[in-house]
Amino acid sequence: MVPPSRDEAGSAGTEFTLDSSEQLSRDPAERAGLGPWRLTGRRLRRDKVALVSGVVFLLLLASCLAAPLWAEHVAETTPEENHLSDQVLVDGKPTDVVDTLGKPIGPTWNGHFFLGADGNGRDIMVRLLYGGRNSLLIGLVAALGTIAMGLVLGLLAGYYRGRADSVISWAMDVIWAFPVILLGVALGTALALGGLDLGPITIQGDSLAIPILIIAIIYIPYLARPVRGQALALREREFVEAARAQGMGSLRIAFTEVLPNVASTLVVFLPLLVANAILLEASLSFLGAGVQPPAASWGTMIAEGVERIATAPHLTIVPGLMLTLSVLSLNVFGEGVRDALDPRARVRIEH
Amino acid sequence: MNSAMARFAVRRLLSMLLVLFAVSVLVFLIFNVMPNGDPAVRMAGKIPTETQVEAIREEWGFDEPLYVQYVRTMEQLFSGEMISYATRQNVSEEIWKGLPRTLSLAVGAALIWMAFAIALGLYSALRAGRLSDRFLTVLALIGISMPVFWIGALMVYYLGYKAGIFPNGGYVEFTVNPLEWLWHLVLPWTALSILFIGFYSRVLRSDILETMGEDYVRTARAKGLSERRVLLKHVLRNSLIPIVTLWGLDFGAVIGGAAILTETVFDLQGVGQYAAESIKGLDLPPIMAVTMFGAFFIVTFNALVDIAYAALDPRIRLEGRSSR
Repeated sequence: MVPPSRDEAGSAGTEFTLDSSEQLSRDPAERAGLGPWRLTGRRLRRDKVALVSGVVFLLLLASCLAAPLWAEHVAETTPEENHLSDQVLVDGKPTDVVDTLGKPIGPTWNGHFFLGADGNGRDIMVRLLYGGRNSLLIGLVAALGTIAMGLVLGLLAGYYRGRADSVISWAMDVIWAFPVILLGVALGTALALGGLDLGPITIQGDSLAIPILIIAIIYIPYLARPVRGQALALREREFVEAARAQGMGSLRIAFTEVLPNVASTLVVFLPLLVANAILLEASLSFLGAGVQPPAASWGTMIAEGVERIATAPHLTIVPGLMLTLSVLSLNVFGEGVRDALDPRARVRIEH
Repeated sequence: MNSAMARFAVRRLLSMLLVLFAVSVLVFLIFNVMPNGDPAVRMAGKIPTETQVEAIREEWGFDEPLYVQYVRTMEQLFSGEMISYATRQNVSEEIWKGLPRTLSLAVGAALIWMAFAIALGLYSALRAGRLSDRFLTVLALIGISMPVFWIGALMVYYLGYKAGIFPNGGYVEFTVNPLEWLWHLVLPWTALSILFIGFYSRVLRSDILETMGEDYVRTARAKGLSERRVLLKHVLRNSLIPIVTLWGLDFGAVIGGAAILTETVFDLQGVGQYAAESIKGLDLPPIMAVTMFGAFFIVTFNALVDIAYAALDPRIRLEGRSSR
């Protein structure tokens, strides 16, 4: 709930204090006279844990993107196809995918039903990959949306101050005051029933755009506030004054002079925002307000799994593990990026 | 409390009321302009006739202009006469029924997560860089990466349903049986605390490490104070301020609806779960009431934290609104 720089509003995070500049001059990379970005790259390359985490996330992403390949060539089914009355060979014996008591088959460790089936006789491995595609896609797009909107609003508020600042800051306060999950669930349920009709744009009720939009809006204040604080401080600096003296328009100054200086904040935020967006999507889907069935996401899979947890706990465990693994890898990578770029930055996002 | 401080407090309270007003208008609009959200059609049953729908519309006043409906809704909210469209039950009574459950969950979890966070954060900072510190860091990161409803569902299944150590969800009132009350809350408290312990212990760890490098800590050591005294009186005291701030804000948020997932998974029938069930039926009055209730707690705790900060730090008062 706390803006990352509540106590240090105004002081741009990249400014070094005496202690840290001393410490950095001992850093061999610093002495080479590198720019801040290349310096960050060097420090990040030395952080093996962060790098491995980044690679783990990319592998997860890649395997989810390759979902259709697995579905077509290995499992030979689709994420939404039911196999309630089908049989599959286990140890050479034909076995019901879902037995007469409604208990779905467990992991076969073969191409078909690699991780078993769910209560509707759907292939879990296939749903896991397709669901991951939805979960990760929503997380990534929503986080980028948050960054875009939070950046513009924060810059406008911080650079123009005055009335623009009052209106934007107040709007941020309003979003902030909403109970996050309650707001998300309320919006998600209402939109899932009716869809959204915005003149030329019509969004269907089961479109992924709905959870993306909701999540992107909910997290705006987390980004807009620190950006505003930095813009407030940066606008007083000499290089901005110089740009003003050259006769640059204020909009141009805001986006060409101030923007590059808040870029490090955006980079620090991105992986952590994605991680939290993925978790929020799962929460919304768990409460029935995110991805709408029969489409899958890790959150909807857990929700469906919990209903059958007594007969088939793996339906709950597997998507949760994938979710935790991807969020964990992003969190560890994000911490590495933060340490490399801006060790003093405080980032905290709630889900 | 001088006059600058009083002015700050008044300004803060006024902006709080304005924010709450905006929240109420937004929630009202979301559910009234939504297509397919017409409450009259839903209330008329499966196969509604036009006359039935008209009659309901008239009876409940859905045919009046929106602002009239808004004002009436808010009047009902504050007079405690709000009636659910779906169950026809009094909304404030339902919230009052859920409140002790939500409060039991929030207060217990907040105490647990703060105690563990301080212990683990302090230990981690003192052992910074060693194996035990790294181990705790990994645990904390896993803790903040797990969805609370997932870990909650697994707890109910493995420790409740399967092992039978804990109850299979549900809630027993404290006045009925304090021991059972405690026993039913152990798992929900744990599930809800994990995330916060992870966050807070990390924040505390880095704050302690930062404070240890401050000049006044060096001074305290130089004047011959024992390490224990330096740690408790000088380092920990200052490092606690950020997480106590977070504590205030998060406690408000948890009462105000952030525990909706925990309540649902453990079937505690608290305020959050009431909201979740009402949302499924697009039942506007309870959604309105619970959102306002939640926003009220969030905004109040935000304002309290701000005012406490201003009381401690005069610079914030001068900045006024821009302090946030």
